[in-house]
Amino acid sequence: MAEIKFEEALKKLEKIVSDLEAGKLPLEESLKKYEEGVRLAQSCSKILDTAQKKVDVLTKKDAGGFELKPFDEESASEKE
Amino acid sequence: MRKENVGLKEERRIYTVSDLTEDIKVLLENTFPEAWVEGEVSNFTQSQAGHIYFSLKDAKSSLRCVFFKGANSGLKFKLQDGQQLIAFGRITLYAPSGQYQFNIQRLEPKGVGALQIAFQQLKEKLQKEGFFDEARKKKLPLLPLVVGVVTSPVGAAIRDILNILKRRAPFVKIILIPVKVQGEGSAEEIAQAIQDFNKYKEADVLIVGRGGGSMEDLWAFNEEPVARAIYNSKIPVISAVGHEIDWTISDFTADLRAPTPSAAAELVVAGKEELTRQIGHLLAVCAASIANKIKNSGKELERLRGAYVLKYPQNFIQVYVQRIDDYSRRQEQKIRHIVEINRHRFVNSIEKLHVLSPLNILSRGYSITFKLPALEVASDATELEIGDKVETRLNLGSFISEVISKSEKPAVGTAQCAVPTKK
Repeated sequence: MAEIKFEEALKKLEKIVSDLEAGKLPLEESLKKYEEGVRLAQSCSKILDTAQKKVDVLTKKDAGGFELKPFDEESASEKE
Repeated sequence: MRKENVGLKEERRIYTVSDLTEDIKVLLENTFPEAWVEGEVSNFTQSQAGHIYFSLKDAKSSLRCVFFKGANSGLKFKLQDGQQLIAFGRITLYAPSGQYQFNIQRLEPKGVGALQIAFQQLKEKLQKEGFFDEARKKKLPLLPLVVGVVTSPVGAAIRDILNILKRRAPFVKIILIPVKVQGEGSAEEIAQAIQDFNKYKEADVLIVGRGGGSMEDLWAFNEEPVARAIYNSKIPVISAVGHEIDWTISDFTADLRAPTPSAAAELVVAGKEELTRQIGHLLAVCAASIANKIKNSGKELERLRGAYVLKYPQNFIQVYVQRIDDYSRRQEQKIRHIVEINRHRFVNSIEKLHVLSPLNILSRGYSITFKLPALEVASDATELEIGDKVETRLNLGSFISEVISKSEKPAVGTAQCAVPTKK
């Protein structure tokens, strides 16, 4: 559940809202949907609250494939 | 240099063709070491080796031109017949054919700049190939969590992008492929970086661009390799080149054009506050819908509880009691009726039986004679022998007698009997 993509979660949440708004579901099912909605909203918020600390530079390895190295942000701001 | 005037009066000076040609060559090439010439292109051809040949002409004259590969590789636009050009070069003489020609070093279209022409030509070509069709442009992900950046590792562009992304969307992971954004080979580096991001597959969206500069500075983003890499990218690309007013081929090809690198960073992710607000709103709608549902369910329950049937169950039952009562009464009547009919039929039958009964006949003076001991009815005198004992039944009582004589005459067969006892 934590791995769910933000966009996917938001889409599901929107679907739940429209289902609930239509008001055609039995009460029990509505409550289940509501619980799921709360859970989805929480995972969305969790994604938004994650803070990425650094920027990476993607470099090609000699052997093929890629590797990420930290980007020195100071050097970017020094010169134009 | 032989500059002496050679007259016929003096000793004849005979040149070889090569010598004369050599003299003319030196004269020509020294007189016109470099020049600017303007004219219209005609008879344009390009050899396998990449050298370009054409003539520049005006109303009266024509000048053979050669534009060698080494010089023409920097040409940004395509030559074609009819173009008005300004050429810079020098006059040379090609000895094998004895022809002089203009060896071009630089070429510019007359009127508009060369870059402008090149831009228009590539734009038209790619437009025909469908590079700019809105229909094929990819939608940006609502919330890219990994943003790939293709730009110079130094300068305003990367700084602005990082600043904005970190402030507005700290949850976004940023990956940079540093590239040269101007000068020789920059277009190829940019194109390669876009391809590498597509191979690496981690980025949800790409920002490709650079800060402001002259048209020449931005030129890499007007080159075909960059446009092709953007067009072929599976990852949506935001092009952010220069300032608001600068439109490049990359901008036309990209899935989204941002006026500046900062704007690209703002476009790529909706801000955290905005998304948080959106989720909060959705959740509130959810909660309100559920509350409403519960309220309505409660009301429905209340309504059902107040229903007549549940409120006065006895009334509901009484209806049935009454109906059952009614049925049983009707059933009783029916049975009584049936009994009556049957009783009637019975009485009727008894009466009929009575009428037909032989006993009834006895009351009118007739009697029945039974032959003893078997008690068989004797209806014919032949059945009786003298001496047989018979029982005669009368209306009231019976007697036994013995046959003492008999007559067998059919009409009135009689048997005379002695009657010993009376029963």
